[in-house]
Amino acid sequence: MSIVLAITLGLAFGFVLDRVGATNPGWIVKMLNLTHLHLMKTILLGIGVASILMFGGQMLGWVDVGHMSVKGAYAGVFVGGLLLGFGWALSGYCPGTGVCAATAGRRDAWPFIGGGLLGALAYMVTYPFWKGTSMLDGVAGGKVTLGAVPGAKYEGLSSLPGDWLGLVLGAGFVAVAFLLPQSLRAQQGQ
Amino acid sequence: MTLNWKIGGLALGAVFFLAVLLVKPIGVSTQFVILNGIVGDWVRPDLVTESADGFTSSNAYLAKSGGKYAKAVSNPINYGFLFVLAMMVGSAVSSRMNGGLSKEEKGSPRVWRDRFGNGTSKRFVATFVGGFVVLYGARLAGGCTSGHMMSGMMQTSLSGYLFAAGAFAAAIPTAILLFKKGA
Repeated sequence: MSIVLAITLGLAFGFVLDRVGATNPGWIVKMLNLTHLHLMKTILLGIGVASILMFGGQMLGWVDVGHMSVKGAYAGVFVGGLLLGFGWALSGYCPGTGVCAATAGRRDAWPFIGGGLLGALAYMVTYPFWKGTSMLDGVAGGKVTLGAVPGAKYEGLSSLPGDWLGLVLGAGFVAVAFLLPQSLRAQQGQ
Repeated sequence: MTLNWKIGGLALGAVFFLAVLLVKPIGVSTQFVILNGIVGDWVRPDLVTESADGFTSSNAYLAKSGGKYAKAVSNPINYGFLFVLAMMVGSAVSSRMNGGLSKEEKGSPRVWRDRFGNGTSKRFVATFVGGFVVLYGARLAGGCTSGHMMSGMMQTSLSGYLFAAGAFAAAIPTAILLFKKGA
């Protein structure tokens, strides 16, 4: 069953990533240099909709809270985010959109995947170094949500009810998606 | 044709929701490690070993968290790995249905050609270097744009916000400086 779901959900995700323009470095770069926020609005709406459906579904008892999977917060998350951000802007790809762009016909995405495998290998080899620093030590409780979600195994960063907070933040993401202008900077030279 | 952001956002949100409803949140970058492990174990069969306590590896990263990566390496037909392979098929289908890409676009995207010219060598070096830094960063962070930013923030994870802050703090200035006309 999990094999069937892996294939169905994977097919759907790959299809949608290509359809929203995320496999096109043009849309990624225009989002990141703030000249055209089409993809930013898409992503914000996506996060908001998913959040509202998940937390709303949990409150109605339709969604298993145990399916949540919250990753740890540690200094390396921010530093790793900085590195990823630099490479993301340089190449126009992130891991998911890179593999999808390659099969969508973009030949320049194959070197991205090759570099990515080598980068992942470099991390596998240098992991003991990072483990020896405090970069991987949890901060603010590590695996936490912003508020405690009823029935979840994760602690809340605040005392706010996590399910309601999830709904409110989800609505916030949707609102920002609508309020964000099409562009924050003029396209230069055009 | 690229979808309108309202329809595209609804579709994207629906997929992320369905993944959590049916299985677990979406993530991608771990599978780069799993593929390395599969190839590594093929070259050096003692990389991943099984004992009564489960799977482990001579590589500390594959062995961490009770050997869950080592286990995935020894069973390539697992959820996470097949999910990524299926993604690649899904985007291929979408692209073909759209009529595919032009010859120029296949070699290098227009945003790059407008700024750095038509040659593909420079572009390929850039995506290779970009890929290296992206995956090194994603593994240090413990996730990527899918796992941390989208899946994380939809669940109100503190780590998702921390990651997004780092990613945009570097990506926005880099993109502005790199893709500036006449820079």
